[in-house]
Amino acid sequence: MAAELASSNRMEPQALRALIGRNKQSDKVFAIIGLLAMLVGVFALLWLLIGLAMDGGSRISWQFLTSFPSRHADKAGILSAWVGTTLVMLVTTFSAVPVGIAAGVYLEEYARRNWITDVIEINVTNLAGVPSIVYGLLALGLFVYGLGFGQSILSAGLTLGLLILPVVIVSTREAIRSVPVAMREAAYALGATRWQTVHDHVLPYSTGGILTGIILGLSRAIGETAPIITIGALTFIAFLPPAPITNEPPFISFEWLMAPFTVMPIQMFNWLSRPQAAFLNNAAAAGLILVLMTVSMNALAIWLRYRFRKKIKW
Amino acid sequence: MDGPLVNAPLRPDVSTTSVAEETIKAEVRGLSFFYASGMQALKSVTMSLAENKVTALIGPSGCGKSTLLRCFNRMHDLYPGNRYDGEIVIHPDGVNVLGPQVDPIEMRMRMSMVFQKPNPFPKSIYENVAYGLRVRGVKRAGLIDEQVERALTDSALWGEVKDRLQDQAYNLSGGQQQRLCIARALAVEPEILLFDEPTSALDPIATASIEELIAELRSRVTILIVTHNMQQAARVSDYTAFMYLGELVEFGDADDFFTNPKQKRTEDYITGRYG
Repeated sequence: MAAELASSNRMEPQALRALIGRNKQSDKVFAIIGLLAMLVGVFALLWLLIGLAMDGGSRISWQFLTSFPSRHADKAGILSAWVGTTLVMLVTTFSAVPVGIAAGVYLEEYARRNWITDVIEINVTNLAGVPSIVYGLLALGLFVYGLGFGQSILSAGLTLGLLILPVVIVSTREAIRSVPVAMREAAYALGATRWQTVHDHVLPYSTGGILTGIILGLSRAIGETAPIITIGALTFIAFLPPAPITNEPPFISFEWLMAPFTVMPIQMFNWLSRPQAAFLNNAAAAGLILVLMTVSMNALAIWLRYRFRKKIKW
Repeated sequence: MDGPLVNAPLRPDVSTTSVAEETIKAEVRGLSFFYASGMQALKSVTMSLAENKVTALIGPSGCGKSTLLRCFNRMHDLYPGNRYDGEIVIHPDGVNVLGPQVDPIEMRMRMSMVFQKPNPFPKSIYENVAYGLRVRGVKRAGLIDEQVERALTDSALWGEVKDRLQDQAYNLSGGQQQRLCIARALAVEPEILLFDEPTSALDPIATASIEELIAELRSRVTILIVTHNMQQAARVSDYTAFMYLGELVEFGDADDFFTNPKQKRTEDYITGRYG
């Protein structure tokens, strides 16, 4: 009886092969859907880049990079815009990175697990989805008027810093969480304090992941327009902020922090609103350079992740 | 208490007579332990560790042997909600490891631990061994060099790694990594060395070398080792404790323990009837 049951349930090789064949069908179907989905992304980006290159490629020159905006499209350039973007990013980095890492480390390694940390966690995650113009409004009230920073590089940098803070916090936590418990226990078992464990082990082992998060955050910030317009960036600016290095002691000046500024996306936006076609080419060229800046930041992120991961194994 | 039969884990005469001739390094008194989930993992365990001897904890998975080991260096404090009840007294100063005023970090500095899976830091061989000293604020390079060499020699690794101290630790084989972890534990000259199934992730040859090492270390440091391998316990230990479902069933001199178990459950376990 038992033998009969077993043999009647067992599939013949012929039937097995047919079954495997049918199972593999769905494999193929998904492979094709996946391929199509991927091509949509790749082609959209390619089309965009080619369009930008055709419109603006001819405008990219040394002159374009080293000229201020002008009424004449062929004499206009993006000097004040890319300098402004760079300086704003500098402020963003120096504000968001220390605060974000400290907050991430605190939440992951120090904070007790209870409903307060749960609420904070949910809020931090949700902050990443708040529309950027809301940050702009907040910054207008807080930085521009409240703290009196005015419509300056400092205000813009801090605004974008706030904007990417959730990204930095979340990626720091993820990176820290990927450090195995065994590493922490090994350190604690030797008598290390929390801070010694974090400083000597957890942070060094998660540097790659944290850096990746920071750079992804910065690549988001570099293209932001809405909050920068909200806090009142200029759209036409024909001078550079004061140099950070002076030839009088103490040789370092922070006056540039309070200077008015513009950034790449705003410069683009300004040119796009002009009726003359030549300005559209300028906008395309500026867009190309902005994409280039973002791509190189992402490339840096990938390289850093690769470099740090190579050294770390467990 | 669970009634006389179940709670006959340690007949005082068994333990005290066997450990009496030795100097006692640590005493576990009525230790119960509760995980944050509310699960009671240890039920009023009482036993002692003889100084400079090897004490083995054996028992089936989930019997609480690792939990007991991790009470010694307060590893349970790393996770919120765990609760101890009872005492672990360390001699000669008579401090209660589990006392509310006692800093877990002090206990971790006085005892070293070797884990189940080799867990070297992703740093150089040298830095792995030196880390305990760095935590203790040792700055003098000469002193650290000396201690690193001594610890690596004691863990029988010096010959294999002396020319590549700056290599990454994960380039070593599994057995070497575990000996490196032992060196890391030894470099800080602990009073008690805690081994949590140190060979369960290793092949037989690496296991043999670790066991040899434990045999060599026994004269210099008090060792508590958790193992689920009975042959290993028989080979390396001077005293053996059998735990089952959070209770200490039997504890005594290793030779007696394996040849002449007093408890039925011990006998069943060591003869392979369950576990």
